[in-house]
Amino acid sequence: MDVKDIIKPENLVYQKPKLLTDKTMHYCPGCTHGVVHRLVAEVIEDLDIQEKTIGVSPVGCSVFAYNYIDIDWQEAAHGRAPAVATGIARVNEDKVVFTYQGDGDLASIGTAEILHACNRGENIVVIFINNAIYGMTGGQMAPTTLLGQVTATTPCGRDLDRNGYPLKITELIAQLPGTSYVTRQSAHTPATARKCRKAIKKAFQNAIDKKGTSFVEVVSTCNSGWRLSPVDANIWMEENMFPFFPMGDMKDGERDAPDAYLKKN
Amino acid sequence: MGDLRLMKGNEVIAEAAIRCGCDGYFGYPITPQSEVMETLMAREPWDETGMVVLQAESEVASINMVYGAAGSGKKVMTSSSSPGISLMAEGISYIAGAELPCLIVNVQRGGPGLGTIQPSQADYFQSTKGGGHGDYRLIVLAPSSVQEMNDFVDLGFELAYKYRNPAMILTDGAIGQMMEKVVLSEYKPRMTSEEINDKYGSWATNGKKPNRDYNIITSLEMDSAKMESNNLRFQEKYKQMEEEEVRYETFQCDDAEYILVAFGSSARICQKSVDLARAKGLKVGLLRPITLYPFPKKPIAELAKKVKGFLTVEMNAGQMVEDVQLAAGCGNSSVPVKYFGRMGGIIPTPGEVVEALEQKLIEA
Repeated sequence: MDVKDIIKPENLVYQKPKLLTDKTMHYCPGCTHGVVHRLVAEVIEDLDIQEKTIGVSPVGCSVFAYNYIDIDWQEAAHGRAPAVATGIARVNEDKVVFTYQGDGDLASIGTAEILHACNRGENIVVIFINNAIYGMTGGQMAPTTLLGQVTATTPCGRDLDRNGYPLKITELIAQLPGTSYVTRQSAHTPATARKCRKAIKKAFQNAIDKKGTSFVEVVSTCNSGWRLSPVDANIWMEENMFPFFPMGDMKDGERDAPDAYLKKN
Repeated sequence: MGDLRLMKGNEVIAEAAIRCGCDGYFGYPITPQSEVMETLMAREPWDETGMVVLQAESEVASINMVYGAAGSGKKVMTSSSSPGISLMAEGISYIAGAELPCLIVNVQRGGPGLGTIQPSQADYFQSTKGGGHGDYRLIVLAPSSVQEMNDFVDLGFELAYKYRNPAMILTDGAIGQMMEKVVLSEYKPRMTSEEINDKYGSWATNGKKPNRDYNIITSLEMDSAKMESNNLRFQEKYKQMEEEEVRYETFQCDDAEYILVAFGSSARICQKSVDLARAKGLKVGLLRPITLYPFPKKPIAELAKKVKGFLTVEMNAGQMVEDVQLAAGCGNSSVPVKYFGRMGGIIPTPGEVVEALEQKLIEA
């Protein structure tokens, strides 16, 4: 029996966005990527910008993001998505360009690219998935891994003297004058997913309005990498990640006016 | 006779880019090529043609900006010098793997490491044999005059789009910094996205349209069989370049017994060496490869059947000599192929070359 026979059209309250392709996602059950992909697809559909949106996928689990949303995509080298997006956006002012990056990609190998793209105030959207681990390569320590957190390369837990501190890169990004909107969200419950969708929509609207860089962090789970069930991963995230990575907007408005940055004479 | 000017090689690269309808330049300052971006910024082409010029935070970012913009079908370029090109190697490999057209200018300086800011040709291997990871080739053009710095910008873009492959102008600090007279090209308008689609096919990420599937620019393929077929397609493309795109120039080779083989600024010096040698009664000619990849194997193989020896003259420790040996071996395995060169930013003199020719080939 087809799903359409079970659920009558009059009872349908929610359906797959048209822009999500029918390809089977390679993500593990319980992974946050699928939810955020959906939210991005919904926002692009809402804003009716399918024909002018270019996505830039990273290296990491979401390297194949290009398989799942029906828009033009470029796959970037590890960490370089903000530079790739800059290139596309600069020579295509009529397009809406976004990067979709994980914590290893954005906050470790690609730190220079993300800081400078945000500081220049490129008219791009950055979706930053922070699950405090390298998912694709098998669960190694990430720049956002918490102290004491066990990973494949910190089997006794991340140690301050050996591994340094976890990096709050979004707080850093919020200091940069080229950003107009910097926020941290999650998408692990229907309510937080709805809030996250609103944040992503605002970010894309900013890009359409040429307001500078908009940056949306989504604190996420990697239940496979964390060696937890999907439900336990959500609980672990709430208990451990939320206190260190608090939710909410860090900046919402305009990029900085140039006055304070001008030479004096 | 056209727009005749007296200009530096680096300045001409910038001017030629604007005039050939380039959409964007992304770069990072490094000696001895910084005049390329300086000239572009001073010319303000964004007002004139709409060309974008951006100073990136690094060479790594520059080449990835080129990747992004080229993926959207636009005619874009970067320039750098040896250490900067090493930083770009990753991005160049991705561009070759994703089959994107772009132009990269390497105004070489001496190495390894930070080396020297003086001219060199030590990036021959890097440019012609790879540089980054994986099986790929660049189309490599070696100008030996400021005029060719102008001409090869347009040619480089033509070849890059024809093969959907990065093209490189491999020059050096001597030609980059040298002032010479040059006839600048006529202005060509920048192409629209529609024109690019019509002329080169609709592979670019310029917005998914209802009448086509979405486009993906990537070098990634997890299926080994598909990846191998990608590799085979690249190799076919390189084979076609070897058949159709070889460019070279000969100078007094008809009756020559000894052939100098040199590219770029070394070839300029060797022209004088040929004159000096001829004045001494030595029958010497010069073959100048213009495309370093594809390399002019056939003309060297032909010459190998009738000459007594080759001397490559390079501003490196002997790199192109390996290609000349391979090419000469195809025609006549016994003909000697020797090398003479200087390093560290030292430019050989015409007299030194003749002396080396006498010692290594004629008297040997």
